Amino acid sequence: MLPRRPLLLALAALPFGARAAPSLEAAIRDLVGEARIEAGGIALRLPPLAENGGQVPVTVSVESPQTAADHVTHIHLLATRNPTPGLASFRLTPALARAEIQTRIRLAEDQQVVALAVLSDGRVRRALAETRVATGGCIG
Amino acid sequence: MTPALATPRIRIPRTAKPGEAIEIRTLIEHPMESGIRGGREGAAARDMLTRMQVRLDGQVILAAELGNGTSANPYHVFHVRLERSGEFEFLWTDERGRIARATARVTVG
Repeated sequence: MLPRRPLLLALAALPFGARAAPSLEAAIRDLVGEARIEAGGIALRLPPLAENGGQVPVTVSVESPQTAADHVTHIHLLATRNPTPGLASFRLTPALARAEIQTRIRLAEDQQVVALAVLSDGRVRRALAETRVATGGCIG
Repeated sequence: MTPALATPRIRIPRTAKPGEAIEIRTLIEHPMESGIRGGREGAAARDMLTRMQVRLDGQVILAAELGNGTSANPYHVFHVRLERSGEFEFLWTDERGRIARATARVTVG
């Protein structure tokens, strides 16, 4: 078991610093470029304890009027301690009544999940949530 | 001969009031094998749905790229505001180019 506290602290201190896992930081920059990442206006709901890491329910909800002029264009979900960080990426349109996506993800072990929302004006918001995983979702 | 993808299951109301936000739930049975699970004994062969698309009257209103961390049997819930009756199309694509498709009509009035 690797110590995970330093990673959590690194992620808690935004913007994502050089101490975040390199693959995670690279994945984030691949998705949102060099945009400044702001907290607030986005909620990420995960169960505090996931019995089955193979099926962890997750909901991302972004505050947005969802109009043609002002809406969420992308929601990205990333894992901090999975073998690969990518969980799923969504491209949204104003036809969606809410900037909200609910899905189920696979988590290998206790970790934080990162949600990023890209707004139509180019701003990027982020939320973090932590979950403990009783049975990892990457065991065969 | 590769087997066809499973038939998706869609939960969507048949009718809505003008301007109403309807909830849509989608589920498709699929192992979503990333090819990296399984540890030392060797991973199961990769077999992933990588894209989902939702269209309303031909226009893409929601698109997803499903990564290694998307669960088996991908499940999604989202909300769409409808001003008039419309035809929804739901598409999933795997890495071999196979497509699963479902349609649903919602009458607004």
